[in-house]
Amino acid sequence: MAMVGDAISHAVLPGIVIAFLLTGSRDSVPMLIGAGLLGVLTTFLIEFFHRYARVQADASIGVTFTWLFAIGIILISVFAGQVDLDQDCVLYGEIAYVPLDLWITEGGLSLGPGTVWTLAFVTILILLFITFGYKELFLTAFDPGFAAAIGISTTAWYYSLMTAVSLTTVASFESVGAILVVALLVAPPATAYLLTDKFKNMLLLSVLAGIIASVAGYYLAVWIDGSIAGAIATVTGIEFTLAFLFSPSRGILLKRKQLQPVQH
Amino acid sequence: MNDFVEFFSFSDTNIRYVTLGSVLLASSSAVVGCFTLLRKRALVGDAVAHAVLPGVCLAFILSGTKNPFILLLGAFVTGWLSLVAIDFITARSRIKEDTAIGLVLSVFFGVGILLLTAIQHSGNAAQSGLDKFLFGKAASLVGEDLIAFAIVAVLLLVTTIIFYKELTLLCFDQAYAKTIGFPVRLLELLLTTLTVFAVVVGIQAVGVVLMAAMLITPAAAARFWTDKLSLMLVLAALIGAFSGVAGAFVSYTAPAMPTGPWIVLIVSMIAILSFAFAPKKGWVSRLLRQRRNKTQILEENLLKLMYQLGEQKPNYDAPRQLHELLERRAIPQKEAKAGLKRLQNQGYVEKLPSGWKLSSQGQRRGERVVRLHRLWELYLTQYLHLASDHVHEDAETIEHIITPELEQKLIEELDFPVMDPHSARIP
Repeated sequence: MAMVGDAISHAVLPGIVIAFLLTGSRDSVPMLIGAGLLGVLTTFLIEFFHRYARVQADASIGVTFTWLFAIGIILISVFAGQVDLDQDCVLYGEIAYVPLDLWITEGGLSLGPGTVWTLAFVTILILLFITFGYKELFLTAFDPGFAAAIGISTTAWYYSLMTAVSLTTVASFESVGAILVVALLVAPPATAYLLTDKFKNMLLLSVLAGIIASVAGYYLAVWIDGSIAGAIATVTGIEFTLAFLFSPSRGILLKRKQLQPVQH
Repeated sequence: MNDFVEFFSFSDTNIRYVTLGSVLLASSSAVVGCFTLLRKRALVGDAVAHAVLPGVCLAFILSGTKNPFILLLGAFVTGWLSLVAIDFITARSRIKEDTAIGLVLSVFFGVGILLLTAIQHSGNAAQSGLDKFLFGKAASLVGEDLIAFAIVAVLLLVTTIIFYKELTLLCFDQAYAKTIGFPVRLLELLLTTLTVFAVVVGIQAVGVVLMAAMLITPAAAARFWTDKLSLMLVLAALIGAFSGVAGAFVSYTAPAMPTGPWIVLIVSMIAILSFAFAPKKGWVSRLLRQRRNKTQILEENLLKLMYQLGEQKPNYDAPRQLHELLERRAIPQKEAKAGLKRLQNQGYVEKLPSGWKLSSQGQRRGERVVRLHRLWELYLTQYLHLASDHVHEDAETIEHIITPELEQKLIEELDFPVMDPHSARIP
C-alpha cells in the first residue's frame, strides 16, 4: 500500500488548487477538504481502473497520480495570476502560500502559528481515528477475510484510512512538500517493522522514529544550510539503513551472526 | 487554424526542436516502459526519476560545472543505485517491494533536495538552472539537448531491437530463460540500465513527477489494444509520439502552458479512453460481452423450458402460457417476456392468441440445449464418477458453452448414449 500513499500525496494537488480557486483564500480548512476529497477520488480511481478495467495494479497507480498531478500543474499555469502556489512548494514545501508574517526560519520551514494549529488539529484527528478504529483497522490490515466475516466493512475502513492519509499529506504539504511526505509516511513504519513483530510496538516505534528524524533533521539542515524537509527525509533514510543492518531480530548483519552457531 | 498550419510547417526552429525533442523522448521511454510494465515493475521508473536528483547535485558539487554530460553521469549513477537498493531491500528483508520503492524514492529525493538547497544557499552563481531537473523545460529545448535526446533515443531503440528476443523472454518467462542458459542477471541489468537512461534524459523535459507517466502510461494504453509484444511496442511509441507532438502544439498556441504536463495529460486521456473502450479488453466491451452472454443464456433457457414442456406429452407444437414456463423455472417475469419477444423476432417462437409456440427452428435449438445438458450429466457421472444428483448445476452452466465439435466428441466418447443418469431420453 505504500505507493498508494505516494500517489495520494501527488494527486491531492488539483484538489488544493480547486479549493483555493473556489474560496479565494489560503484557509486551511477548504484546502484540507479539497485535498481529502481528491485523496479519496485517487484511491477510488486506482481501484476502479484495477478492478473494472483490469489495469495491472502498479500501472493503475502510476497512470492515476501522474494524470491528476499534471492536471494540477496545468490548473496552476492557467490561473497563474490568481493562485499563489508554485511547483516548488508543491514538490518540496517552500511554503509559498503561508502568509509572510508567519515565516520564522530561513530554511523554508514555517513554524507559523497557522501551520502548527492545522497540524495539531490533524494530529488529534488521526489519533482519535486510530484509537477508536484500532480494532477494525488492525483486522482490516492483517486479515481482511476474517474482518469481513465478522461484519466489519473493509471497504469503508479502507477508504477512511485513505482519507486519513490524504489529510496527513495535505497538512504536512505546507511544510515538507508532496514527495517528502512520502518519506515520513513510509520510512518510519518500515524502520519499526524491522524492529518489532507487535503492531502496537510498531506504532509507537514509528512515532518515535518520526520524532527523532524531525529533530535530527532540523539540526542537520541548520548545519549544512539546506532544506529542513530534505534533511528530515535524509535522516529517516539513515534510520532505516541502521535498522536494516543492525536490527536485533531482522538486521542483515546481526541475523547472519545468529545463523552461524548452526555450523559447530 | 493559422496556428495549426504554422505549427505543422515546422518553419520555426524552436518549434522543430521542442516537437522533435518531445517525440524522441516520449517514444523511446514508451518502448522501455513496455518492458518494465510487463515485468510488473512499472513504478520503479518513478523511483529512478526521483533518485537522479542527488546524483545531479553531487556531480555539480564535485565538478563545479553544469556540463550536461557530467550531470547526466551523476544522475545515471544515483538512478542506478536506487534500483539496486530497491532490489537489495526487497530481497534481504521482509519489506515488500512497493514499500521499498516508496522508501528509496522519497529518501533519495530528500537527500537531493537537501543538497540542492545547500548549493542554492551557498551563493554559487553557476547553480541557477539545476532545478530544471525537477520540473523539466520541454519548452526551452535547444539544439544541444536535442542531440543528447537523439543519441539516447537511438541507443535505446537499437538495444531494444538487438535484444528483443532476450528481453521478451525475461518479461514473460524468467524461469525458462534461466533454464536455457540466458544470463538473466545480465539482462535484468540491461533493462535496468535502459530504464535509467530513459529517465535521466526524459526528466529534463517533463520533470521528476511526470517522468513516471512517460514510462508507464503509453505502455499501459498499448497493452489494451494488443496481445503481441512487437505490436505493443510500436503502438506505445506511436501513442508517446502523438502526445509529444500534441503537447508541443498546445504549449505553442498557449505559451503560458507547460509542455510536459500537457504531454502527460494527453497521454493519460488516451490511456483512460483505451481502458474504457478498447475492443476485447476495454471495460465497455467487456460489459457488452457479459450482457450478450446473459441474454444468450436467458434465451436458451426459455427454449429449453418450452422443449421440456413439449417432451412430457409429447407435443412440441402446443402453445404455452407464460406462467406455465415460470412455474417450472423462476425467471423474473419482465426478463422472460423480453426474452420471448427477442426469440420471436429471431423466428424461434411464434406468438399465438393462446400462448407461445416453438417454431421448428426453435424446437431444434431447444432440443440441442437439452441434449448438451444431458450429455454433460452423463459424462460427469461416467468419467468423473460424480453422484447423479450432483451433476445438474454444472450442466446448467456448460450447456450454453459447448461447441458443436465438442458435442460430437462427447457423443462419440459416450458411445452414442440414449439415456442420461436421470433416465431421461437424450434427444
